[in-house]
Amino acid sequence: MSDVYIIGAGIHPFGRTPARSGLQQGVFAVRQALAAAGLAWRDVQFAYGGSDAAGKADTMVSELGLTGLQFINVANGCATGGSAMFGAYSTIKSGEFDLGIAVGFDKHPRGAFDPKPAEWGLPEWYGETGLMLTTQFFAMKIQRYMAMHGISTGTLARVAEKAFANGVLTDHAWRREAVDAETILNAAMVSDPLTKFMFCSPAEGAVALIFASEARARALGLPAVKLRAAAVRSRPPGSFEVFSPALDPERGPSPTVIASRAAYAMAGVGPEDIDVAQLQDTESGAEVMHMAENGFCADGDQEAWIAEGRTRIDGRLPVNTDGGCIACGEPIGASGLRQVYENYRQLTGQAGARQVPGDPRLGYSHVYGAPGVSAVAIVERV
Amino acid sequence: MPDLPPPIDDRLLTIDPAGQPHLLAVREAETGRIVFPAPAEIDPDRHVPMTLPREGRLWSWTVQRFRPKSPPYAGAEAFQPYAVGYVALADSIIVEARLTGAALDGYAIDMPMRLVAEPFAMADGGQRTTFAFAPIEEAAR
Repeated sequence: MSDVYIIGAGIHPFGRTPARSGLQQGVFAVRQALAAAGLAWRDVQFAYGGSDAAGKADTMVSELGLTGLQFINVANGCATGGSAMFGAYSTIKSGEFDLGIAVGFDKHPRGAFDPKPAEWGLPEWYGETGLMLTTQFFAMKIQRYMAMHGISTGTLARVAEKAFANGVLTDHAWRREAVDAETILNAAMVSDPLTKFMFCSPAEGAVALIFASEARARALGLPAVKLRAAAVRSRPPGSFEVFSPALDPERGPSPTVIASRAAYAMAGVGPEDIDVAQLQDTESGAEVMHMAENGFCADGDQEAWIAEGRTRIDGRLPVNTDGGCIACGEPIGASGLRQVYENYRQLTGQAGARQVPGDPRLGYSHVYGAPGVSAVAIVERV
Repeated sequence: MPDLPPPIDDRLLTIDPAGQPHLLAVREAETGRIVFPAPAEIDPDRHVPMTLPREGRLWSWTVQRFRPKSPPYAGAEAFQPYAVGYVALADSIIVEARLTGAALDGYAIDMPMRLVAEPFAMADGGQRTTFAFAPIEEAAR
């Protein structure tokens, strides 16, 4: 079994690119990653790729070259990118191949997602009467959390303010203008307590990561990070998930909690060892709750953490250094890989204006989505 | 009691002669777990039909401030924001529902709530009855 390294990364800027399809953005990201690593498409032995709504990843070979490589499409909803990465991780670790890529891309229409009840195994009345909205779920999860653990709306606003501030510094971000906490708080309410500036939007973008075995990484001598853990977990009993007409009275942990524990165990590190974290921030309350679900603080401590700026780029644990989903938008298939891309840039000292000071060693990434799936990865500077 | 429009789904709720709605659920025979909404096909060997308790406490809430996309939303074009919440029913199950009977900012976690029939105007001009929960003081008036 080999250790697994990420030796290159490419990204197509997130946001809106009317002139390019999602697939073309994926090809762009692959080419950028290969160029930065000085590699050619024919060097790639295998690929895992996918999108949620923008087509079949393996058709990229038409543009990239018909090398006959093993190309596996991944369709795992919000965990598509995380699953592609897990595939690459396992493939290198097993020794089957020593160099390959994971690529994720997407292109969603504007506005909230519009799900169909039947596709989720739900009766039509649930959608007809206006209960089937992801925004309601996020609002009700943070509403209860705020009441139970003393989190203020000011904290929600400061999390979004930080996201936009980091987006200003990030080439690949969509929202690149600062928005102050006051404006965020007073903006139009979408679903109480969340205003429009606290939510991310569906968007477009693509990310490609190049994976290699330890021997191959050493031979190539490229800037690299070691993938210490990659875990994907589905929901346990009692977790609170989107599109739930009812919940069991006995509440349980979230898929994030179990994915996080699994990743820490694989890596042999704990939350106190992490130097930079990218956490799912579908809305600013999600970032707050995910700080605790991933073990970085106790429930309720976020109020002090945010007030003291501990999650800013110059703080003790910088969170969502590229502005996260709030500033980058959420192309589902690419979003989880963007987090790992960002950690790769940070740990290899290539993050430019948003570089976390002090040579960060361990980077943590966490993606979460419907219907209750989380993927966590931990990478280490080498 | 005036006649209520027909239920939006006959498998969702029934309305008794006094005009009170009852939510239809099943209890899994093997585990005792309550399932709502009831499955489309009830298997008499596995499911015991039941109606849910009609009172509970507000578990969480929010307000739907914009008109949801159609489909799946089937409400009238003219949109009024509405409150939505989860209500914990007497330790048996926590049910998601529209909320009514208070101002949009008049809800608070742990409020006592009661099931009420809620008229629902469809975009196609039809009228249906769905369910909602209202604060008990308000609903009792």
